[in-house]
Order: sequence, then C-alpha cells, then structure tokens
Amino acid sequence: MASYTLKVRRYQPEAEEDGRRGAYWETFDVELDPTLSVLDGLLQARDGSDGTLSVRCSCRAAICGSCGMKINGQSTLACKTRIGEAAAEAARISGADASGPLISPPAEKELADGDGAPGPGTESAGNEPIVIEPMGNQPVIKDLVTDMESTHWKKFRRVTPWLLPSGPPPEREHIVPPESMVDVTQSVACIQCGACVSACLSMEADPEFIGPAALAKAYRFVGDPRDGQTTERLYDLANDPHGIYDCTHCFACVDVCPKGVAPMNQIMRLRRLAGHDHDIHDVNNGRNHELGFVKIIERKGTLDESLLLQESYAPGVKGKLLPRAASIKGLLQSIPTAIRGIRTGKMRSLPKLIPGVHPKLPGDAQDHVKAIYDRAEESRIQLNLYVIGEGGEEDQAAEAVEPESVSEEPSAT
Amino acid sequence: MPEHDVLVIGAGLAGQRAALAAAERGVSVGIISKVHPIRSHSNAAQGGINAALAVDDTWESHAFDTVKGSDYLGDQDAIEVMCREAPDELLHLEHIGVTFHRNEKGELGTRAFGGASKARTYYVADITGQAIMHTLYEQLMKYADQIDRYEEWFTTDLAIDDEGHCVGAITRNILDGSTELFRAKSVILASGGNGQIWHPTTNALICTGDGIAMAYRAGATLMDMEMIQYHPTTLAGKGFLITEGARGEGAHLLNAKGERFMETYAPNKMELASRDVVSRAEQTEINEGRGFPDGTVALDITVVPRKRIQEALREIVLVGRDFAGVDITREPIHIKPGNHYTMGGVKTDVWGRTNVPGLYAAGEVACVSVHGGNRLGANSLLDTLIFGRRSGEDGADHAKGRGQGSVPRSALADAEAAVEEIIGRAHDGGRRVSEIKAELGATMDGKVAVFRDEEGIQSALDAVRRLKEEAAGAAIDDRGSVFNQDVLGAIELQNMLEQAEAVCMAALERKESRGAQYRTDYPERNDEEWLKHIDVSRNGGEPEISYSPVTITDWQPEERTY
Ligand SMILES: Cc1cc2nc3c(=O)[nH]c(=O)nc-3n(C[C@H](O)[C@H](O)[C@H](O)COP(=O)(O)OP(=O)(O)OC[C@H]3O[C@@H](n4cnc5c(N)ncnc54)[C@H](O)[C@@H]3O)c2cc1C
Ligand code: SF4
Ligand code: SF4
Ligand code: FES
Repeated sequence: MASYTLKVRRYQPEAEEDGRRGAYWETFDVELDPTLSVLDGLLQARDGSDGTLSVRCSCRAAICGSCGMKINGQSTLACKTRIGEAAAEAARISGADASGPLISPPAEKELADGDGAPGPGTESAGNEPIVIEPMGNQPVIKDLVTDMESTHWKKFRRVTPWLLPSGPPPEREHIVPPESMVDVTQSVACIQCGACVSACLSMEADPEFIGPAALAKAYRFVGDPRDGQTTERLYDLANDPHGIYDCTHCFACVDVCPKGVAPMNQIMRLRRLAGHDHDIHDVNNGRNHELGFVKIIERKGTLDESLLLQESYAPGVKGKLLPRAASIKGLLQSIPTAIRGIRTGKMRSLPKLIPGVHPKLPGDAQDHVKAIYDRAEESRIQLNLYVIGEGGEEDQAAEAVEPESVSEEPSAT
Repeated sequence: MPEHDVLVIGAGLAGQRAALAAAERGVSVGIISKVHPIRSHSNAAQGGINAALAVDDTWESHAFDTVKGSDYLGDQDAIEVMCREAPDELLHLEHIGVTFHRNEKGELGTRAFGGASKARTYYVADITGQAIMHTLYEQLMKYADQIDRYEEWFTTDLAIDDEGHCVGAITRNILDGSTELFRAKSVILASGGNGQIWHPTTNALICTGDGIAMAYRAGATLMDMEMIQYHPTTLAGKGFLITEGARGEGAHLLNAKGERFMETYAPNKMELASRDVVSRAEQTEINEGRGFPDGTVALDITVVPRKRIQEALREIVLVGRDFAGVDITREPIHIKPGNHYTMGGVKTDVWGRTNVPGLYAAGEVACVSVHGGNRLGANSLLDTLIFGRRSGEDGADHAKGRGQGSVPRSALADAEAAVEEIIGRAHDGGRRVSEIKAELGATMDGKVAVFRDEEGIQSALDAVRRLKEEAAGAAIDDRGSVFNQDVLGAIELQNMLEQAEAVCMAALERKESRGAQYRTDYPERNDEEWLKHIDVSRNGGEPEISYSPVTITDWQPEERTY
C-alpha cells in the first residue's frame, strides 16, 4: 500500500449542491498497491468519497476501450497504467521541469536528483500528484467522459466499416492466405478507445481529419482479400481532403495505442496501396507530395524545400515541368504558405527557396542514402505485431532502416 | 415514446445477433445498451467458439461433450439445436468478415479446448469475442435504416401490460438523464451475466445481471441459478482471465512442488478436463497446502513455442505483462479459480421464449439450458449467437401482424419516481453503495464458490437479505441528470442483491454435487433425486422454488471422468 494524489481535471455541466460548476481541478488522496491501476485509484476516489466523479470504465483489463484519458499529459488507458509508475512519471516530469529537458542526459539527471528533486523510487514519489485529464480533441461531457460520437464514431461510419464481398458467399469458408487474416487482425485488435484520436496532431489542426483509428479500420477492409471494393475504398480515402494524406507521420498514435494497432502504419499502407499499387492520383496531390519527398531525398540526401512545391503540384521528369491546370493552381495557392513558412522560420532561409543552392551531403553519404532506397525497393517489410511479435518489431525495424544515416527532416511533413 | 417491432436490451453478441436476425426478417428494431455496444463484455472472450465444422467432426460428438460437460443437467434438445446449427453460424460469421485463424491451406483452423473430444474451437488470435462483436457491430451500421441504436441508455425495468404481456421497457438516457418508455411487440433480453455479484471476478464492471433481475421482477422464471462457473485460470486478487486457449495450446498446471497435479484428478484429459473439475483440483491443491503462499498454483505457458504464443496468445502476454508483471513466455504465472460465468438465468425454450408472453432472453442472461451444471469453454459465444439469432427470428415473427400493446400509464411515472427516490436520499443516510457491493462480493466468493456447504450458503443468504435492506437506503452523492453513474450503481446493486438471493436459495436447495455446485456436505451426484432443474420465481411476493425436468434425448447419465 502507498498513498497517491490524483489531480483530476473535472467538469460538472450542472451545478452541484455546493455550487461547483464548470471546469476545475480537484485532488483526491487514495491509498492502494502500486501495482494497481490509475483507474483503481479513480474508482477508490469515486466509491469512497465523491460519487459525482464520472469516468467510463468496464473491463479493467484494457479490453473494452472505455477508460481513455490523459495521464500526466499522455493519452492512455487508465486501467492499463499502474498507479506506482504514473506517480514516478509525475515525479520525473516535475523533476525534469526544474532541470530543463524532458529526457535529461544521465549527468544532468544525477544533478537533479542531487538537488533533492524527487526521482522514481524515492519516498516522495507518491506525493507528486498524478495529473488526470479527459482525452484531447474531444468535447467533454462530464469529468473524464468525452463525446466520442462526434469525434470518432461519425468518422468510423464514414469509412464504410463493413465487408463488401465481391460476390455471393461461397458454400463453405472463403479460402484466403493465412497471413492475410493475421495481417488485418492487427487493425481488428483496435478497441476504439480513442487514445490515438486524443493524441493526433493532424486532428488538432483539422478536426475533420478522419483520424487514426477510423483509418486503421479502413485498412482492415482494404487489406482483407475477401473485400470486393478495394479500389473504390482507396480512391475514396485518397481523395477525401481529410483522408489518408492528412496524416503528418507524427507517430503519436503509434506511441499511445494500447493495443499495438499502429494506426500510422495502416495509414501508410493505405497510401502505398493507393498511390503505388493502384496508381491513384488524388485531387489533394497527396501522392505527388509524398513522392516529392522521396525523389528529393534520393537525389539530394536532405530535403530541398525549393523543389518540394514543384514536385508536389507539378511533378516533372528531370526538372522539366509537366503542368496540369489544376496543378498550376495548386502551386500558386501554395505561395502564401511558403511565404508564411519563411516568416515564421519554419523554412529557415530565403536561399532555401532558390533552386540550386541546396547543400550537398558530405563525402559518400549520398551513396548510403541511395543504398537505403535500393534496399527499401527490394522488400516491403510489414511491421505487424501479430506476425513478428513485439520484440521482433524493434529488431526488424532497426534492420530495415539504419537510423544514423537517415536525415531527420524527411519524416516531418 | 420510441416504438419498435422488436426491442433488444443488450448489445453484446447475443443482442447484436438478435437485432440483425430480426432486421433480416424485415421488422423495425431498437437495440439498447448501457455502454457503447462494442464495450459490451463479449469483447473479453479470448479463447474462441466451438463448432463441429471439420469434415472428421460431428455435431453429435460436440453435443455429447456438451452434455457430459454439463454433468447431465443440460437440456439435450437445446444442446442438439446449438450443436447442429453451429457450423452454419460459424460460416455465416466468416462470410460477414470475421478474420478467423486459417490453416496453411487457407481454410478455417482450430485449437483444442477443455472438455472437448476434438479440436473444434475456432478463433481470432486471442481476441475472438472482440473480433466477432466488432463484425456484428459493422453489420448494425450496415442495417442502420432498420435498426435504431440507443447507445448508453440504461433499462431499469420491463413494461408489462394488464394481461402480463411484456410490451416494452423503461429506459434512462445516461447522457441527459431523461426517461423513456420504449414500446415494442417483442422484447429480447440480452443483457449478459452477473459476475459482479462475486469479487473477484473475470467479469467486467457492467456485468450486474440487470436483465435477470428485471425479468424476475416481471414474473419470469429463473433456472439453474446455483450453477456459477469458477474458471481455473484467473489472476489472484484482480480476477483477470488467462484464456483456456493457453492450456489448449499445451500449457501445464503446476503446484508449488512443481508437480503436474492434474495427473491425479484427470489422467486422460489432464489440464483440458472440464472447468469445474480443474477448478476443484486446483482448489484442493491450494487447500491442502500444495499451493503457493499467495493461495495460487502456477500456469506454465513457457512450454508453448514462443512464435505460437506471439501469434495465438498475444493478449495474455499483455495481460501477464501489464497486470501481473510477468513475462509468460519466460516464467510460469500464478493463478487460481475465479468467478467467471452465469450458467443459470432466465428460463427459455429453444426459441428464447420465456414464460412471460412477448419476452425473450438470449445469451448469458438466459438459461436454455445448454450449459447445465458446467459450461464448456468456447460454448458460450456459440450459445449467444445461436439463441440470439433464434430469438431475433421468433421475436420478429411474433411481432408481425400484431399491434403495439398498451402500457399502463403509471409505468413511466412509477419508474421515474423510483429513480428520484434514490437520487433524493440523504447523503449521510446509510452505507455507501460501494461498501455494500464489496461486502456482497466477498461474502459470495467466500461462501458460494468452488466448495460449498449448508452452513456457509445459509450465512451468505442471511447476509444478502440484510444487505438488501441496507441497499434500500444506501446513500449516493450525485444529484445531477447528466451521466449520473452514481444512481445507476445503486440500481445495479439492487438488481445484484435480488439475484444473489435466488442463487443462495437454489444452492441451498440442491443437496448434491453436480457441475459447479460442489457441496462438501453432499459430495456425490445424486441422479435419483436431483437430476432436475431448480427454478426460482417471484410473482410479486417472495421467491419460490420449484422444479422442472431435464430433457434427455440420446444420452443417459453416466459417471463423469476425464
Ligand atoms: C474474460 C472472459 C473470457 C471469456 N472467453 C470466452 C471464450 O473464449 N469463449 C466463449 O464461448 N465464451 C467466453 N466467455 C463468455 C462469453 O464471453 C460471455 O458469456 C458472452 O459474451 C455473453 O454475451 P452476451 O451477449 O450474453 O452479454 P454481454 O456481452 O455481457 O452483453 C450484455 C449487454 O447488455 C447490456 N446491458 C446490460 N444491462 C443493461 C441495462 N440495464 N440496460 C441496458 N443495457 C444493458 C450491456 O451494455 C451489454 O451491451 C468469456 C467471458 C469472460 C468474462
Ligand atoms: S501519425 Fe498521423 S494519424 Fe497518427 S497521430 Fe500523427 S497525424 Fe495523427
Ligand atoms: S488504434 Fe489504438 S489507440 Fe486508437 S482507438 Fe484503436 S486501440 Fe485505441
Ligand atoms: S476499463 Fe476497459 S479499457 Fe480500461
């Protein structure tokens, strides 16, 4: 047993007897075994002292997807987060706040500990409040209960989430490659908890974005050999302005997903299927934009922004423009964005916009880049937890790309 | 006032399957669930679903295993229906998109499960229930024109007309606290089991058996209520389940001395004997001092190849890691028997009809009875689907050509007043709902579990009756209408206590040992006196016990060994 403090972001839509109404913070002291969950802590607070504290929960075992919320700023399931670890994390964050960066280098960390900042495992670990908030990107109904209907379920329905078989059912089962079922089972494993929706950066910028979980659901059908509408589905998802090209590769959904669904991976597979395999030229120019990155890095090793707009809107052969009317329009429309980019410092210097002045990689680095491209062309490695397991994923991922030779820029679109 | 031909209360597997079957017959359907449908407890089913689909398997073999598993208390006509229709149901699921595991040839592949003479369990990794339920939910979207979904609505009571027909249900919209009287020509209860009466349990917090209590209040007969399954492999304290699939894949049970103790209890089937047998074996080891100090024995999954674990048992790798801090691929995990499944429930025929006209029940809320004294692993999902579909079909037919019944006007007002009464109670009036619930859970787990005797059951019954009185005045905090979970908790508590009373009465009544009911004071099965169902009903007044015969077709009771 240990004591913990929960600092809960509350919202009461109706006035309570003591006059509390609206949004406010409230702390609850609870006492429980460190191996129990943050949800157990919340339920202790609710059962023991304040029955008005609202939280959706049912299975207590990361299966039903009810208890998505933010714990210490991280979107996750409360039942899957051990309270002892959450308290240590809270302490680490507040310690780190004092000493600067979130992930401090070892030397600095020691210093922080020496300063008396509470670290994991110290006596005071339980006293740093665990900060609990409702999920992000979703309107709050009451306390930790959010409105997932408007932010997720609507979009879930948007992807035609049922199998559209190509013909009448066979007499017995469909005969399909065993791996194909294992493959889509990664998306089937989604429990619709909304943690990814809560963490998604694109969703924050574009609330209409279909979103990680709904797009993972879309892949579940696209990747299913029994579905007869693969092309139509891909065409639809690629051309939706809030569809697959609206994702910015931020990895947040992969990071927070409690079920290893890796929604971003599913989105990337949808893109690859749409753009590469089905040759769908979407009205959003998403495919060209993506190819633009690929081509530029292959040629230059790092991102030459001066070529990106051109590649995205009017991809040419060896630098020659092959303009389509729509593309020219798109290109012109992008000019304000480019200027804003320069102003806000996102594009660091004007010369970056001038073709030809982009710096070359030193030595034979460009050959290494080329080698990565060749290797990537050779094999598509599917990072599927059901196929290779969790440990395996890291091993294979590490093999697939050699992180030290990849510039950081290409992943940030 | 929402109106439908068929109203389904509960949106787990049984409810969704019923709604779809009814919609396919062309009627209008409403489906209600107190949580979003995909949060229903069916998603917890890890292991799989049984069907004699393989060419070298027969429904008779499946049926015999089920009859034997039930300790001959299952009704054999119902078991025949379930096992005969299983293959088609499974193929239907495959056709609408369930991503069942395939063998190398791309055909449906199986795994072994307890109490079965053949490997006939079909599965999706270890998320079978979730995979099937999400697929049915997809179909609900597809049928959106015909099926209205009421997600996060809580049914408090059934509406019964003057002739005793069920004509609808009274339901609270959790989002805004408004109460509606739903009218329907057929009402199908599919509201799941009551594991929350015990603590710990593998069941989710929502499994409070509301439907069993509502039907009971409405005059429906409950059957086999004493038959409560304790699952052999649950995590101590928290009650999380380690699927039987683990043993199906070859995992061993070991006592603290490292002995594979099932050799003594079931030399042929070993770990894959029926659940009641394995749970008793474990509890005996623990009681006789051969368990670990924390009151457990060990499940050793390390004997299963790693790759196979990753592919087929990934969910329990996560459960082990996240909830027990154990890497099951490298070390044994401590487990014990824990409350798991409600074999009994609202008594129905093979079409889901109860003794209340217009009222159907299917799934864990119901007792057909296909599970009798002990349910076989992977037979429950099958039960939900087969009898869910049959209730949907018959419910639709019943509704056709019939007008809406008339509901007594007072019904809605009475229901609202009952909720208002709870909300209006003094804050400091009585014990907290959570306290009463905790005492109930501990009492039932202590006295009405794997081993039982008269004294224990009687003391549990006394406690339950006292708690019932306390619950009538239990205090709650939330006075609001938006998402008031506090008041729902108080209603669920009342429901649980009503059922607990029926469970204790039935357990006290059955003076023999059969299936999940093991009486240390009557350790033998006694077919002469007790090869019969115990029914409990409450027509307005106090609970009453009666009996009904067990239907026997082809399989005469025999001694049960594994
Ligand atoms: C951990 C675990 C693992 C299992 N594994 C297997 C397995 O491998 N194979 C197998 O065959 N079986 C398994 N079972 C058993 C099986 O999962 C259940 O028996 C079955 O899913 C029950 O389905 P159901 O549709 O009857 O009820 P549920 O899925 O429990 O659904 C009940 C529904 O009723 C609704 N409801 C309840 N009360 C109300 C109310 N008052 N108002 C409105 N709505 C209400 C709920 O919201 C829910 O939608 C397992 C069970 C558990 C606990
Ligand atoms: S990777 Fe894409 S979908 Fe995932 S969180 Fe980031 S922007 Fe959203
Ligand atoms: S993808 Fe993962 S995080 Fe997103 S809803 Fe599904 S389970 Fe939750
Ligand atoms: S309570 Fe079910 S996911 Fe947390």
